[in-house]
Amino acid sequence: MTKLTENLNKKQKNLLLRIIAAAVMLVILYLLPLEDYPVLRFLLFLIPYFTVGYDVLRKAWKGIRNHQVFDECFLMAVATIGAMILGEYTEAVAVMLFYQIGELFQSIAVGKSRRSISDLMDIRPDYANLEQDGEVEKVDPDEVEVGSIIVIRPGEKVPIDGIVVEGTSSLNTSALTGESLPRDVKPGDEIISGSVNMSGLLRVETTKEFDESTASKILELVENAGERKAKSEQFITKFARWYTPAVCYSALALAILGPLVNILVFHEPSTWELWSDWIYRALTFLVISCPCAIVVSIPLSFFGGIGGASSEGILIKGSNFMETLANVKYLVMDKTGTITKGNFEVTAVHDGRDQNMDSAEILELAALAESHSSHPIASSIRRAYEAGGAELDKSRVTDVQEVSGKGVIAAIDDMKVAAGNLKLMKMLEVECEPCHHVGTIVYVAKGAVDGPLSYIGHVVISDEIKPTSAEAVSSLKKAGVMKTVMLTGDITSMAESVAKEVGMDEVHAELLPEDKVTYVEKLIAEKNAQAGPNAALAFVGDGINDAPVLAIADLGIAMGALGSDAAIEAADVVLMDDDPAKIVKAIRIARKCIRIVNENIWFAIGVKFLCLILGAMGIANMWLAIFADVGVMVLCVLNSVRALFVKNV
Amino acid sequence: MHLRKGTIMKKTYKIDVDCANCANKMEDAAKKTAGVKDATVNFMALKMKVEFEDGAEPAEVMQEVRKNCKIVEDDCEIFL
Repeated sequence: MTKLTENLNKKQKNLLLRIIAAAVMLVILYLLPLEDYPVLRFLLFLIPYFTVGYDVLRKAWKGIRNHQVFDECFLMAVATIGAMILGEYTEAVAVMLFYQIGELFQSIAVGKSRRSISDLMDIRPDYANLEQDGEVEKVDPDEVEVGSIIVIRPGEKVPIDGIVVEGTSSLNTSALTGESLPRDVKPGDEIISGSVNMSGLLRVETTKEFDESTASKILELVENAGERKAKSEQFITKFARWYTPAVCYSALALAILGPLVNILVFHEPSTWELWSDWIYRALTFLVISCPCAIVVSIPLSFFGGIGGASSEGILIKGSNFMETLANVKYLVMDKTGTITKGNFEVTAVHDGRDQNMDSAEILELAALAESHSSHPIASSIRRAYEAGGAELDKSRVTDVQEVSGKGVIAAIDDMKVAAGNLKLMKMLEVECEPCHHVGTIVYVAKGAVDGPLSYIGHVVISDEIKPTSAEAVSSLKKAGVMKTVMLTGDITSMAESVAKEVGMDEVHAELLPEDKVTYVEKLIAEKNAQAGPNAALAFVGDGINDAPVLAIADLGIAMGALGSDAAIEAADVVLMDDDPAKIVKAIRIARKCIRIVNENIWFAIGVKFLCLILGAMGIANMWLAIFADVGVMVLCVLNSVRALFVKNV
Repeated sequence: MHLRKGTIMKKTYKIDVDCANCANKMEDAAKKTAGVKDATVNFMALKMKVEFEDGAEPAEVMQEVRKNCKIVEDDCEIFL
């Protein structure tokens, strides 16, 4: 009990005391035999009534003065005063009491929700160790200018984005990505705020200000996500605007037309009992008319869902995107960097049958030939060579000629070496056997400086599929995604092999960026025909060069966005790490959130209408009305809190 | 020919409001205020984002917005 009450603010504590006092008084007065003293009884009941309800009555009065009649305080005031007039003192106080309990509960729940989100988002430390003139001083991170040196000790959170100047360490990025795989850093590496420095002391030169650093931007994103209202939120707002006046007028109709119809049509006598019975029913209506339950639980659910998702490294930039994510039926993925690692790696070196050069020598010659190229394929060849511990002796390369789209021709030692694709080999009239391996093949040929070249072997370079890609695609299908499509600019054989291994339904290769847009448009039309316009087509890419496609897809998802501002900007949903399994998790989280929202809407509206009907028929009394109002609200709010728990979704 | 690009004036303010319904009422009141092109209230984050009309003076407009919000919901506050 104390845990619940320890974080109450002054207003809430005051209300709680008044509620307890009034409740105690109510029980006492209910039990006291005061039937013989009607005036005294009335006056005594006024005490708990005013204790618990004075601010409601005051707000109702202010509301009338400001021409804001359909104020929920006005409704409560009329309902309770009416009940008092009818002599139902217990019920009058009870209605006011439970209304206030509902308000207090709502206030606590919203406060707790806000606080747990800010705790989740508490990935920013509130100080930075600034190094100035050789002295390290603890300062407010806002004051640290770009280009300053800060010191981050083991165990501390990184406050600002920057580059490591001195020191090596391991960083824990779980606060940002939800994964606890540590990332090693050394001088020259970029580090981002929000990660936790684990082992070594780091001296870092800041590249951004505190507010512009990654952790701050993520926090801002999550906070502002509530601005983009979901369709269900907009519906509820419109509903509440219509619902309250409608119920009030119905109450008026009940109070006046009810008795009149009975008197004129059914010739019942016009007694105080008849009128008071119908007025009582009307008052019950007023109590049920408060839309608070429905209206508060919706934003609470979305906030919980968005906050919970962010703790898993899934940033959903708006409540509307939560809805779209839950409706994803078509998933289009980029290949390189999304399904595959995007880092070309040498996977095999094959020697030509005629020559007897071994693989190491072939690789060495290829690496030397490519030593001056910045192409990713060249880098992968160099990496493979240097992985053995050997160092490339670039001085052996005396001349390099790059042939665009084909390869390189280099003078190495006293030979001429050519490394490139089949087009290069054809151009140089080198006969070689095309490799049947799937991947990018770099054929290598060598010869005397002014003589013919002969084929010596080739290097196979593949783009590795991520270990979790296949599983991710099968989980997506299990989760109800109707179609998985891969779009890539890479060659067909490579694309088809990857698609088959991973389990994609469709693959389109050798696409230029504008072709991707055309295909996505076609797929959207197909999706609309097959699954209806409410189903969503999501595109998953690395965000940087997929901007036009991300824009036309129903939902744009960027992966591996850790450290990429462009990706965070361009997409609607941002996955901080690059694990494709997170896509399914995002969809499941969204579905849970939307399910909770729908549960609340149906439950609240359903129960309210049922109680309205029962109240109009005279079957329900004010106690049922109180449940319809406060009970429903409490249940809806508790249900909303469930949206926060997404760890095992 | 000289074409001038209009600048969009948007500002975010911290607010305090007790219930979600009241937050919606504040949003409506702000939208109806003169000089306000569009307004969004984020109940959970307690923020109000206002897009001002061209040529509107934010400080003046916000005083009006605050007044209008107080009419519909006495207990609310906009921190200007």
